[in-house]
Amino acid sequence: MRSDRILLAHGSGGTMMRELIEECIVPDFDDDALKRLDDAATLPFPTGRVAFSTDTYVVHPIFFPGGDIGRLAICGTVNDVATSGATPLYISVGFVLEEGFLVEDLRRVMLSMKEAAREAGVHIVTGDTKVVEKGHGDGIFINTAGVGSIADGIDLSGSYCKPGDKVLLSGTLGDHGIAIISTREGLSFETSIETDAAPLNKLIANVLAAAPDTRAFRDPTRGGLSSTLNEFAASSGVTVTVTENDVPVKPQVRGASEMLGYDVFQVANEGKMVAVVPAEQADAALAAMKASPYGEDAAIIGEITEGPGKVYVKTSFGATRIMDMLVGEQLPRIC
Amino acid sequence: MDLSGFRDPDIARGLIDAINATAAKIGREVKLMEVCGTHTVAIAKNGLRAVMPENVTLLSGPGCPVCVTANEDIDMAIEIARRTDTIVTTFGDMMKVPGSYSSMAREKADGRDVRIVYSPLDALALAEKEPDKQVVFIAVGFETTIPLIAASIHRAEEQGLTNFSVFSAHKTVPIALGALANDPEVKIDAFILPGHVSTIIGPEPYQFLAKDLHIPGVITGFEPVDVLQGIYMLLQQLLEGRAEIEIAYHRGVMAHGNPTAWALVEKYFEPIDADWRGIGVIPGTGLGLRSEYDAYNAVVKLGPFNPPEPKEIKGCQCGEVLRGITLPYQCRLFAKGCTPEHPIGPCMVSSEGSCAAYYRFTDYGKA
Amino acid sequence: MCLAIPARITDIGENRMSTVDIMGVTRKVSLDIVPEAVEGDYVLVHAGFALQVIDEETAKDTLELLKEIPFFQEEEGLNVLEEA
Repeated sequence: MRSDRILLAHGSGGTMMRELIEECIVPDFDDDALKRLDDAATLPFPTGRVAFSTDTYVVHPIFFPGGDIGRLAICGTVNDVATSGATPLYISVGFVLEEGFLVEDLRRVMLSMKEAAREAGVHIVTGDTKVVEKGHGDGIFINTAGVGSIADGIDLSGSYCKPGDKVLLSGTLGDHGIAIISTREGLSFETSIETDAAPLNKLIANVLAAAPDTRAFRDPTRGGLSSTLNEFAASSGVTVTVTENDVPVKPQVRGASEMLGYDVFQVANEGKMVAVVPAEQADAALAAMKASPYGEDAAIIGEITEGPGKVYVKTSFGATRIMDMLVGEQLPRIC
Repeated sequence: MDLSGFRDPDIARGLIDAINATAAKIGREVKLMEVCGTHTVAIAKNGLRAVMPENVTLLSGPGCPVCVTANEDIDMAIEIARRTDTIVTTFGDMMKVPGSYSSMAREKADGRDVRIVYSPLDALALAEKEPDKQVVFIAVGFETTIPLIAASIHRAEEQGLTNFSVFSAHKTVPIALGALANDPEVKIDAFILPGHVSTIIGPEPYQFLAKDLHIPGVITGFEPVDVLQGIYMLLQQLLEGRAEIEIAYHRGVMAHGNPTAWALVEKYFEPIDADWRGIGVIPGTGLGLRSEYDAYNAVVKLGPFNPPEPKEIKGCQCGEVLRGITLPYQCRLFAKGCTPEHPIGPCMVSSEGSCAAYYRFTDYGKA
Repeated sequence: MCLAIPARITDIGENRMSTVDIMGVTRKVSLDIVPEAVEGDYVLVHAGFALQVIDEETAKDTLELLKEIPFFQEEEGLNVLEEA
């Protein structure tokens, strides 16, 4: 690479783009299918149903405590595919780079993506790169799409929750959101909290094996636990009640949330999974979560009952209140 | 220090029983006004309204400084934000509040340099970092926050900063409570007084409520047990026919408040009249920078500004909610046209506005 | 108007600034209005400033008094918190 920064020419399909692909992208992603550089990757695929998901990542800053936009981009899509009960197999990557972006930063992001893909057991098989003029992009945007195969007999949906079911959470709440906000200028506070970004496909597979009648999985990303549970409540037409004392939260996350006036139920997570499981399989599901990578702090946090499609919290002090959904962004407050 | 006892369900239960017993002895309807927006949120978040006796009503008051900021003050903050080479800094609470035509969030989306800070010290640091820009801090708040702005101006003086100034829309609480108590439409029996405002001013400024107007007040903290303790003490006063200003929140409020803090405020600010949204002008409840500190007064230093004519919002009953005459769910727009997603008035936008608290944490007024 | 939380002062630095700890999160906080605070004190923190030192004994006393309420309520008209 002759340039240490991304130039417009790197996206224009000519020799400079070829240079970027051959000298950086292909070696950094290190994948056999990708190496062939065909316009479409042709891949072996089991028969049966396909799960297909896409997401675009625009987080800022791109490097944050414990991770970066690359890791997020792989884990997020792997997790979305996996929530359907599918085994994630292949990922595509689309970059939109801003003119002037450091090549070194791009390579750091790509290596992070490779490591996340290896960890999840998925292949980055195809991709695309575009470059936009300086001032027209925030450094780097990443789109990832993922496909996976769903075995016969697996049928999960947020609309399948039934009264009597238990709600499980795979670990501590709020880590990612607090890690990100700790980097924001003007809000400086010191914390050792890191993002929880992680691939959870193995955890999901273990839970499904132990609790085959699991109704649904979902990862509480933007909008936090509250969005996920409200979605389940609305689509299944049931009431969800969470016991506040049973929800695992790291003390530092609690401290930062109190300081900023944040509701930890609305803070984003990138390496957590919510599962709704019939009561008789809940203990087995919990044990499977705890034995899985990233699930050691898992807990049963609530239950489903008959009632309107709402979510309630039984507070640590004993009363009940609604768990409301995030509106817009959470802003730090002094009041 | 272990303060978890202030969330202890058993202690709370004991207080709830005592509250019910005392209310039964009182017999008649009583209305307690929780002045402070943070109390409104604490009560809603902990489901405390549901455990109150039938004859005790908790009314939300005008203690949300964002909610009572008049349209023309928000319009002025926006005018300042539109000035070139100016960075406007604000607490997060103010971002989404609608002025007559726009909001800080909308101005930011339109490309103005508006930044959220957690502390006025962050605004000072920004002024140091950006010597070619004017950094203005939008100062909205009650006595809890006012000393911090005074201290920040003091630091700006010490550091010789020439590009830092403040737009003061500050208000003070005690006189406003007198106005509410004297308002014939509003019928308050007792005040749940704000905990942290009182950390600064102590119990003395509220004495006239008890002595002259015979209305009891209890300075209350914010954990569920604190709030219940405050309510219990008020009911005891009402039962015994007493009217005193008492402190429930002992660990947070001293008998003399924080004199160091108030001395700083008096150094830089003097009382002026203030326009409370929904209530009108209450004389002597504002604080303006003294003229010798014009160098730190954004409107004087960077003006003149020409904000547009303020325009009121049709149909909005925030004013009545702020005075405790109307409960949020009694507003004809509550949950019909006025929601947190599409707020019409500040009581729904502000994170501690009464309407937002009711909408977010309770089922009242919704289908 | 009043979001202030208890934090422990772990270090006092220059220029009336201190470092405080809130459940493991640390932040710089000004002592401009609580100049008498010392390392180890718990203070109420609001928008980057300490408002006041919180006295642990007072907190404990209040809790002890509140725990007695169910017992005293049985006696007619006794206001157990009169002392407070």
